[in-house]
Amino acid sequence: MIEQLLNLEPQTLGALTWLIPAGPLLAFAVIILFIRNARNSWMIAWAGIFTAVVLSWLVAFNVFTDYVQDHTDVEKNPVRVASSVAWLPIGDYYADPVGAAFGSKDHTEEKSDTKSEDDSYSDEKAAKSKWVPAEKSSGTWFRIGVSADPMTAIMLFMVPFAVFMIFIYSVGYHNFGKEPGTVLGIPNHGQQEPLFSRFFAMMSLFAGAMLILVVSDNLLTIFVGWEIMGFCSYSLIGFWYARDYDDPKRTPPRAASIKAFMTTRIADVVMLMGLVFFYQQFGTLNYTTAFQAESIQAAAAASTFGKAGLGIMALMIFTGTVGKSAQFPFHVWLPDAMEGPTPVSAVIHAAAMVSAGIYLVLRIFPIIAVGLKAAPAFGWTIAGIGAFTALMAATIAVAQYDVKGVLAYSTISQLGFMVAALGVGGYIAASFHLITHAYFKALLFMCSGSVIHGMEHGAEHVHDHHSDPQDMRLMGGLREKMPITFWAFFIGGMALSGFPIITAGFWSKDEIFAEAWFVWTADGNPIGIFVFIMLALAAFLTAFYTTRQLAMTFAGKPRSPLAEHAHESDRYMTTPLMILSVFAVVAGWVGIPDNFLNTPIEGGFYNWFHHFVGATLKTPIKELKEAGYVLHKIETLPWSWVPLSASLIVALGGIALGYWMYWRKPLEEGEEDPMIGILTPPLHNFLHNKWYWDELYEVVFVKPTVWVSEVLVYEWIDRGLIDGILHGVSKGVYGLANVMKNTESAVFGDAVDWVTFKIRDLAQELRSLQSGKIQEYALMSALITFVFSAFFILLRSGAFNGILN
Amino acid sequence: MDWLIDNIVTLTIFVPMILGLIVFLIPDDEVWVIRRVTFVFSLVPLALALTMWFVWSDSFRIDPTFQFEQQATWFPAIGASYHVGVDGISLPLILLSAVLTPLAILASFGVNEKVKMFMTLILLMEGAMVGLFASLDLMIFFIFWEFGLVPIYFLVRIWGGADRQYASFKFFIYTMAGSLGLLLSIQIIGLSTGTFDIPELYNIWVNMDPVEFAQRTGLSLNVVKTLAYWAFFIAFAIKVPIWPFHTWLPDAHTQAPTAGSMLLAGVLLKLGAYGFIRLVIPLFPEMATNTAGLLATLGMLSIVFGGFAAFGQWDFKRLVAYSSINHMGFVVLGIAVMAYYFGQANIDAAGTQDALLATNGAVLQMINHGLSAAGMFFLVGVIYERAHTRDLKRFGGIWSILPVYGGILIFTSMASLGLPGLNGFVGEFMITRGAWGPFYIQVALSMIGLLMTGAYILKGIGEVLHGATKAEWVGHLEPMTFTEHCVIWPLMIMMLVLGIWPQAILAIINDTVSLLF
Repeated sequence: MIEQLLNLEPQTLGALTWLIPAGPLLAFAVIILFIRNARNSWMIAWAGIFTAVVLSWLVAFNVFTDYVQDHTDVEKNPVRVASSVAWLPIGDYYADPVGAAFGSKDHTEEKSDTKSEDDSYSDEKAAKSKWVPAEKSSGTWFRIGVSADPMTAIMLFMVPFAVFMIFIYSVGYHNFGKEPGTVLGIPNHGQQEPLFSRFFAMMSLFAGAMLILVVSDNLLTIFVGWEIMGFCSYSLIGFWYARDYDDPKRTPPRAASIKAFMTTRIADVVMLMGLVFFYQQFGTLNYTTAFQAESIQAAAAASTFGKAGLGIMALMIFTGTVGKSAQFPFHVWLPDAMEGPTPVSAVIHAAAMVSAGIYLVLRIFPIIAVGLKAAPAFGWTIAGIGAFTALMAATIAVAQYDVKGVLAYSTISQLGFMVAALGVGGYIAASFHLITHAYFKALLFMCSGSVIHGMEHGAEHVHDHHSDPQDMRLMGGLREKMPITFWAFFIGGMALSGFPIITAGFWSKDEIFAEAWFVWTADGNPIGIFVFIMLALAAFLTAFYTTRQLAMTFAGKPRSPLAEHAHESDRYMTTPLMILSVFAVVAGWVGIPDNFLNTPIEGGFYNWFHHFVGATLKTPIKELKEAGYVLHKIETLPWSWVPLSASLIVALGGIALGYWMYWRKPLEEGEEDPMIGILTPPLHNFLHNKWYWDELYEVVFVKPTVWVSEVLVYEWIDRGLIDGILHGVSKGVYGLANVMKNTESAVFGDAVDWVTFKIRDLAQELRSLQSGKIQEYALMSALITFVFSAFFILLRSGAFNGILN
Repeated sequence: MDWLIDNIVTLTIFVPMILGLIVFLIPDDEVWVIRRVTFVFSLVPLALALTMWFVWSDSFRIDPTFQFEQQATWFPAIGASYHVGVDGISLPLILLSAVLTPLAILASFGVNEKVKMFMTLILLMEGAMVGLFASLDLMIFFIFWEFGLVPIYFLVRIWGGADRQYASFKFFIYTMAGSLGLLLSIQIIGLSTGTFDIPELYNIWVNMDPVEFAQRTGLSLNVVKTLAYWAFFIAFAIKVPIWPFHTWLPDAHTQAPTAGSMLLAGVLLKLGAYGFIRLVIPLFPEMATNTAGLLATLGMLSIVFGGFAAFGQWDFKRLVAYSSINHMGFVVLGIAVMAYYFGQANIDAAGTQDALLATNGAVLQMINHGLSAAGMFFLVGVIYERAHTRDLKRFGGIWSILPVYGGILIFTSMASLGLPGLNGFVGEFMITRGAWGPFYIQVALSMIGLLMTGAYILKGIGEVLHGATKAEWVGHLEPMTFTEHCVIWPLMIMMLVLGIWPQAILAIINDTVSLLF
């Protein structure tokens, strides 16, 4: 039975792959159209995502089975499942296009044809037509479809499952079963969310969009899923659309949602350009077809810029990633996006959307690799953005007090690790960290949500509606109050810190270090050592701020009545925490390097992740390497003790420092964060206020845009200039007409007067029929006639010939 | 059946006009009857248009030019004949007119003043629009072109908002100003060739011998062609409208009654773009190729400035009106690509693909914009009818009072924004892709406008729906009525279907477009 399920026919798998996004999408449609009841909505949403989990794992394990059975075959043909449909017709219904224009045929001969009364209209036309239609061809179509290769498989393994955990968690998070809240658009603490069904509808749509992205075989449908996710994140971040804060400096959810959508949209329009560039160069958006080595060489040859053209294209598409994965300079949206409900943060900022950005770069990796070889600046751009973001976000995270805020910056920082890894060509390292990070970060977000939930409970209990339940300075001592949450948070935090050997985060970060070190030692490329140092510093800070967060939240005594009365969340919330804790540990064990601790490559450890995922691009990259387009094949890196030592030192050092500063002697109520003293207040403020990026962007981009829109374009250009000219012309014409009227009376004077008076007398009698402005109309007509007569005369005389020829 | 098929275009043009006159015979005070009868009447042209659509594929395969052609002697003295027919470019637009008219009539059930005249005018306008799309003779084309102006002028003039006099006058005079040059040019073309028949002119006028022309008219062909080209260009540019000929649009659209705005944005703007595709480019291929860069630049400016200006609005309806300029800019960009490649002797495979994608995209974008703009104007009308204001600063928190309306508004706004999965995206993508080859600079700059599309759409949603509910609206806003749902749901379904399965309409467009390149 199981053996059959793991060896399904390709056609069956194709159909199943199409159905993967269908479950959540259907759930969305049903809930949004028909369901208002909380219980029904979550049950339908669960059913949708559960279907997706089952189908995804089925497909993923089929691909994996293929690999286990014959890995050389998978390396040759990585796409194990492929199915597509013709989507957009582009030209050529006829094998031989007829005629160049709408119709060069003689229409006059057919005058009588249409009146024919023969039986069959079509036959009649056919008989009379002078055309002999060419054979109908299948036409040229833009096809869209689904495919599954090892890269898809690992995403299918991770995404729907993590999302399912978040769906389970959300039921508890929105207080299912408690007394229903009544106020729409704000959090109803301790009461069941009144817009419960809307939440699950949007979450289902989100999951469906992410799955569309994952199973797509082409960049267009990837973009479709990408943008729908953008819309969902907009609606979910702004889920509490009516919420306002007393503090005017704090961004309300609705503003945060617009900020998230617009910031990513800047990146998305550049990405869209990259896609059309891609389509134009390769003639397809199917990445498997495009990334055959011959196809890349042909595109590089055809492009005006050669290989650099491919690099520009790759950078344009990469810009989309910079936006979606919140890299500098588009990182500003992500921290504010914490205004959404916590499950949203978990799904958007850990498991799905931000990962989608990295996934996109992984998908276009061959042209990234070509760019890395073609121009050092290319590598510096990507690796520089990643490494800078990783370090910058880590420095901000050490000075945050919001329990979710720390995680937000940590997410930005970890995504920076992945981007930097890609910048040094670390295809496997980036994808590995993508997967492990998704598990432990989803776990951490949900833990923080559980903490906040507990704190909110405390706030309800003591009727304190002013204290911020997310402020870590008010927490402390939650270890005893919320034991499950504590242990889950602890495991997730250790994974994030990269606690050696055991946790998932260690293995994936180690791989990134190894990759950077390899680029430095093997190529002598300074990007390698730059990335290595920057990321080592970032990793040190990561371990430090994570321990700080754990200590501030859980250690010592409660520092406020909120923490005093906090208690553990219900089982809907804790169950997924426990499950994901397991993954936060074991997910790393699949990627232990072959030659770990200098064991022989053959016969030592087996790096399942490396070999399985590497099979996706092994053949095309190898061919490109042979053609001299890329620097390295995808293969096991030579062993070095340096990256291992580095990751041990930074992880343990950061944890130790955090322990020493915060855990050994936990903060007391009202005590100031020792960080302020160490950093000095100005520097701490600088970090706490996020390097003032928001303030800078407000002045440089937001305000000028509003001014350009409201004043320059609308008031000055449209109302002032263009309408001014129009009004001027109309006044001029009107004035001219008046002049002519006056001239007329002066010239013809009395002679006309007599007639005029007579007519006026007549007119008096007919007055009721007249509008009273007849004269002006008549003058206007006269004027227009005059202008056109003059125009014709000039035309005939050839006066314009000189100007117009 | 055969009789029906043979005369179907003529019927689609004149049946609404005749039915409109029949409506005029109903007594004034039978408002209830007038509304419903008009609605039922407007379904007749819809049925006819749908029939054409279903019959299309069979007959097209055999004769890939104009379908359902009909020609009759009409004005032999000057060489004009009554010649109508449809192809893959005009049929979708006719279908669009036939779909939007019944919905506009439903949306006008709330009109209480001079109901009979209102309904008659809408049916007359439908006839004129269909007639224009189906015209294969320049004289007929021009007559419908002018005739279509009259109903919309009165719709704005009589049932419009506070500033209706200025708006209707500006609209009328501006369009008329463009039409004069158009008329003149048509006359010259007819005079020199002896025919007004459009398919014939595709050959005769384009391949006109300068010497023969000079003998017949005494004018230089080059000069006349250049002047006529620009006259055509400006006439249609005003109608689209292309920046900087666009300032009539926000005034007219904002002041028009809901149904007027729906049809103005939904169909009338397409007349201009259709004029470019049907007349300007095929009749003046060389000049079109030479000025394609200018057209693309103007399209880009429409996209960018339209987007910025829309974002600068605080009147919801004006915001939506400016969004039309932004969206039609993409149509213009697509048309510019068509202009660039059309008639060029040796375009390579890549160029052909550019041209096919952009032209298909331009026509598709017209349909898509017609649906989403009509929907947006309708939804603005819905909220205006309840709140009696369109001032974005006064709204806020409406979503909590009208949750269903809020959802519908977001859906429609997203279609307008070009969210992939809904219709707006497909056309924009195809145009962007097609234009990337010849006009990558314009495409790159127009991305700024695409960004602003997001900004103004979110501004609209945010200001109306989001925020804490203001006390003044609580208890004052009724949920949407059944009639209103009947208007918006068909539009929403079409937006979704065309977003997921664009070939439903694109297949027909592509039939004709693939013959051009």
